[in-house]
Amino acid sequence: MKPAFSVIFLTTLIGAAQGLFLALFTHQSYALFGLLPMQSDDFYGYGTLIVLVLLAAGLVASFFHLGRPERAWRAATQWRTSWLSREVIVLPAFMGVAFLFGVSHLFGIRPEIVTLPGGHVVDLSLLLGVVGTLLAFALFVCTAMIYACLRFLKEWNSPLTVINYILMGGSSGFILAAFYAVSAAPDQADFFAGWAIIITVLALIGRVASLIRNARLKPTSTMQTAIGVKHPKITQRSMGAMGGSFNTREFFHGKSEGFLRAIKPTFLLLAFVVPLVLLAFSLSTPALLGLAFILQYVGLLAERWFFFAQANHPQNLYYQTVG
Amino acid sequence: MTQLALVIDLNVCVGCSACVTSCKEWNTSGSAGPLVDERPYGENPTGTFFNRVQTYEMGTFPNSETMHFPKSCLHCEDPPCVPVCPTGASYKRKEDGIVLVDYDKCIGCKYCSWACPYGAREIDEKQKVMKKCTLCVDRIYDMTMPEADRKPSCVKACPTSARLFGDIHDPESEVSVAIREDGGYALMPEWGTHPSNHYLPRRKTKMKIHADELERADNPLKLDQQLPKPDKDQSTMDDVSAW
Repeated sequence: MKPAFSVIFLTTLIGAAQGLFLALFTHQSYALFGLLPMQSDDFYGYGTLIVLVLLAAGLVASFFHLGRPERAWRAATQWRTSWLSREVIVLPAFMGVAFLFGVSHLFGIRPEIVTLPGGHVVDLSLLLGVVGTLLAFALFVCTAMIYACLRFLKEWNSPLTVINYILMGGSSGFILAAFYAVSAAPDQADFFAGWAIIITVLALIGRVASLIRNARLKPTSTMQTAIGVKHPKITQRSMGAMGGSFNTREFFHGKSEGFLRAIKPTFLLLAFVVPLVLLAFSLSTPALLGLAFILQYVGLLAERWFFFAQANHPQNLYYQTVG
Repeated sequence: MTQLALVIDLNVCVGCSACVTSCKEWNTSGSAGPLVDERPYGENPTGTFFNRVQTYEMGTFPNSETMHFPKSCLHCEDPPCVPVCPTGASYKRKEDGIVLVDYDKCIGCKYCSWACPYGAREIDEKQKVMKKCTLCVDRIYDMTMPEADRKPSCVKACPTSARLFGDIHDPESEVSVAIREDGGYALMPEWGTHPSNHYLPRRKTKMKIHADELERADNPLKLDQQLPKPDKDQSTMDDVSAW
């Protein structure tokens, strides 16, 4: 498939945003039960502001993917059958709840809702945080299922797609949270960095598992089933277009095999190995966390490019020779 | 239930592309607006077509065979492109099974083209909406036309009558009979999309002649006798007549 930069930016930006939200709320949940010192409302509030900026940037990027962005509102209508439609609903819903979560912290609107037996007070921000967490996971599932539900694209049609979107978004978000904490709550940076290391290791395992899986895939469709002729040697002599068509532009990544091979170790290094090394060193030098986030983001852009480029669409069988 | 479809006889198709030009002519002139053509006379002409004729070669010269293969939307009975559409612009008509795109609802996200294993959908780069074969829905129901013309443009144009059009759910229709009796098959059956359009395979007309059919079994006048007479010392069947 041809990697579209609008979609690459959309999925990586909102992934980081969802991860950051989950990180912030994880911290608040720990603090509720006294496992960590509760931070000021400003810490959670301004952190949520970063979440919203990233989500908005992703949303803007997504519009560049549409031929007719003025009709985008229509995309919310087919949630019964289309994962894309579900994403179109869940993304603004998550933005809305994240916004309210931020507001409840920044403006101190935290009416008590219920007191748990241990004396733990559940207030509005906590309720919004729980809803936001559910929506963040729902958004990961929707985004990934857009790709995982296409059974013809065997590289994507696997639960690993969903798992990896969650893990890579989580890794990106927790590293960003650690970087944010360095300036906003320095003594909490290690908590986020610790979780970031765990999630990044899991993400690396998940991504390598999907690479191994994809390397062993055998195409279901062949030239023989595509045109219905039983002959071991079928050569296309003409595709019915002299100057290419939508079919030759949309379904090929347009780069050489060598480029594709070079991208794989690049993203494995940048998105997983380098951040893990920097995270380990950040325990003594917290300033490295900013570098870790940026390098990993570049790595995730490469990872997403590879994710699209690697998927081989069966329609390509019909488009092999110009003539 | 009706399911309109095309049946394309690959044994008859000569690859002249009359169906391609006729399709383009009809569908670029309709009320939905033109089908884009970019640099039509330039170096790299490109544009949107609903139908293309491809050519394949089987085997290695001199033991090779050429097959021309017209490809358009197959109007699947279980179209994977329809449920993925986020706006409902892609739909399958209940009354005749034609898969259509509502150009006024399409947002041009191209997701449906990803979900079609056949590459049947092409985006119109000017209008920025997804387009595909409509089975000439604006023609086959046009009561102002003579009944003989109420067929898709490609079917009317085919000089060798390689394209048949009809209802594949009616067992007695021309297309159903052709599929049933002439070995009609569907493309990429492995995906379970149940394409409505079928293809009739290339087939050779052969006559099997057995050796004994080259001789007259009943030959009382001994005309065109083929078998040698037995020698005198050899036995005959009745000791009187030679064969």
